[in-house]
Amino acid sequence: MNKIWLVIQREYLSRVQKKSFLLATLLTPLIFPSIMGIFLWISIGESENPSLQIIEVVDENNIFFIESSEQYAFSFSKIGAEEGKKMVNDGDRFGFLYIPKIDLSSPSGITYFGEKNPSMSLISFLESSIKRRIEEQRLFESGISPEAINAYRTKVSIKAITLDNSGEEKVTDATVNYAIGFLAGIMIYMFIFIYGNQIMQGVIEEKSSRIIEILVSSIKPFQLMMGKIIGIGAVGLTQFLMWIVLIGGVSSIVMGYFGLQMPQQQAMELANPELGEMMDGQNNIQNILQVINGIDFIQLTLTFIFYFLGGYLLYGAFFAAVGAAVDAPSEAQQFMLPITIPLLVGYLGLFVFVLNDPNSNVSFWLSIIPFTSPIAMMGRVSYGVPLFDLILSMSLLVGGFFFSTWVAGKVYRIGILMHGSKVNYKTLWRWIKTN
Amino acid sequence: MEILEIQNLNKTYGNQKALSDISLTIPKGGIFGLLGPNGAGKTTLIRIINQIIEGDSGEVFFKGEILQSKHISRIGYLPEERGLYKKMKVWDQLVYFARLKDMPAALAKERVGYWLKKMDIISWKDKRIDDLSKGMAQKVQFISTIIHEPELLILDEPFSGFDPLNAEIIKNEIIELKEKGITIVLSTHRMESVELLCDQIAMIHRSHKILEGRLTDIKQQFRPNTYEVTLSGITGILPDRMNARTVNGNAVFSLALGQDSPNSTLTALMQYGEVVGFKEILPSMEEIFIQQIKNHSYE
Repeated sequence: MNKIWLVIQREYLSRVQKKSFLLATLLTPLIFPSIMGIFLWISIGESENPSLQIIEVVDENNIFFIESSEQYAFSFSKIGAEEGKKMVNDGDRFGFLYIPKIDLSSPSGITYFGEKNPSMSLISFLESSIKRRIEEQRLFESGISPEAINAYRTKVSIKAITLDNSGEEKVTDATVNYAIGFLAGIMIYMFIFIYGNQIMQGVIEEKSSRIIEILVSSIKPFQLMMGKIIGIGAVGLTQFLMWIVLIGGVSSIVMGYFGLQMPQQQAMELANPELGEMMDGQNNIQNILQVINGIDFIQLTLTFIFYFLGGYLLYGAFFAAVGAAVDAPSEAQQFMLPITIPLLVGYLGLFVFVLNDPNSNVSFWLSIIPFTSPIAMMGRVSYGVPLFDLILSMSLLVGGFFFSTWVAGKVYRIGILMHGSKVNYKTLWRWIKTN
Repeated sequence: MEILEIQNLNKTYGNQKALSDISLTIPKGGIFGLLGPNGAGKTTLIRIINQIIEGDSGEVFFKGEILQSKHISRIGYLPEERGLYKKMKVWDQLVYFARLKDMPAALAKERVGYWLKKMDIISWKDKRIDDLSKGMAQKVQFISTIIHEPELLILDEPFSGFDPLNAEIIKNEIIELKEKGITIVLSTHRMESVELLCDQIAMIHRSHKILEGRLTDIKQQFRPNTYEVTLSGITGILPDRMNARTVNGNAVFSLALGQDSPNSTLTALMQYGEVVGFKEILPSMEEIFIQQIKNHSYE
């Protein structure tokens, strides 16, 4: 035990004291808020001082009207389609919207011409304006006055509440849960790859510099492997914690500078004014706060740390085994597939299945099988997961960790002393079988 | 008393036999030469003694006890393929190795200081291995194997990589360690250093032990019963088989005695002149080594 501790210390200190560690730790958190800051600065600058784009509209129906915004002005005229296109080509107009004579019950043939590809927000803005106008027109034609239409227009937003067994009610919001599950899953995925790779590099270094022969005459290979995995994991955890502190600090400075604007909301408003209008500012922020209050952060943080470390330890052992089996990093590629595939399955499964339907069968299995659970389970945890599933998944992950270190230990023990021999999957299997 | 007792040790890799029924006794104190051509099984044997790998069958005893993990700290090992952490400082590295061998931190630091001064490289203590010359790194490597004060020291080709001056320093260190009562197992191809240093040897060839014993006994055992004769004032004609050279006016030649005794040969030689020299020629280890390998290769 004492020797494992020595290895952990060496692995930890030799990395933490490096300049590159300090740089990565300090610069990475600066990059994200900086990008966010630049984005905010550009968007604020744009909305404060918008260069007005003029869009020519030709409406053969004579019923449409599109309200100009800060960014776009709409000029209605009766010119022909060819003439309109020419105005765009000449640079007189930013775009040209052509609405031919349409059947209001199934409108088609509306076309936008532009020199540049139009932004999503412009198209959806045009679509929603035209759609609303058609709806109004049709209601009017069926005898409902515009006043009545306005009077009947209602806003609905559904408040989702989950009930747990104790009868406690929690306000939930799929968007917040999605974001948390998404971030947590991605972080675990990246952590496993970045630090797993460091384990592999470290093992290859010890093997190729032949220091391994001296080390294993002092310490059992399994202790050496575990010491390395734990030591590097501690480096990752340190870096991660420092990032949280730094990102939190720098972000709040950036936000404070731009006057406490919620960036998501602003971005959404920019993209879709109608949505912004619907999301009745004050109420929405309150709702989000309520949702955040409803999330059990202690549970979330604890499960995150558990899967963060569990996933790292499980895969870390495999990375160590791959490092032991090869003589140089360039040879490692051939053995990476069994590591990459399950990780990718977990990663893609998180997006395709888990975050969209946390309680489906596929999501269940992805979050139970130890090779995908560290990533997939985080997508479910944020939505709330039955205790039984969580306990089953966690125990299987612990079991999976013992299995992976057992297998990896066997490969490692033999691999580190093998030099210059061609190793393939068959050889690895033979190593695993030997006692 | 023996420090290491090996009984009927066997090891097979796949279908290749690395050690066949090897039994060896390494007495406490002194230098034990472990000889054999490349691929004979020396490294396998050394790795088993260092508990890096296990034998398939047979026993190894360290000071009368079955070899086990508590003995690791009593053994020092310098592998043939050297290695140090390139980015680690000399001082940190040596302390780390000492502590991996169960030495308390304070004592480890004291010993590292002592050895760096003794080997005259104390001013390099904060340098990384990258920044050292190859010979300098070899010195650090040597220190790392003895830093924890082992009772048994296993040196695999200790002189490779050293220039003659540093090789001499290492040789003297080895002799000094021997005088302190440390047992040294020396595995090498350099027969001249075997002859110079070893008290006992064992030779392994194709996984089998083919020779073991005291160096002087082995030399006696393999003496070809040949003498170097120096005659002055030659009277008469020497028989053809005495291919004499002339040195300082004397005829010098070597003579294989065959069945004759030295005395009867001497009597016979007197008729050819004045016998001023009559000295037995003992075989060099090199000759014994090559002869043994050849003999056993044709079996």
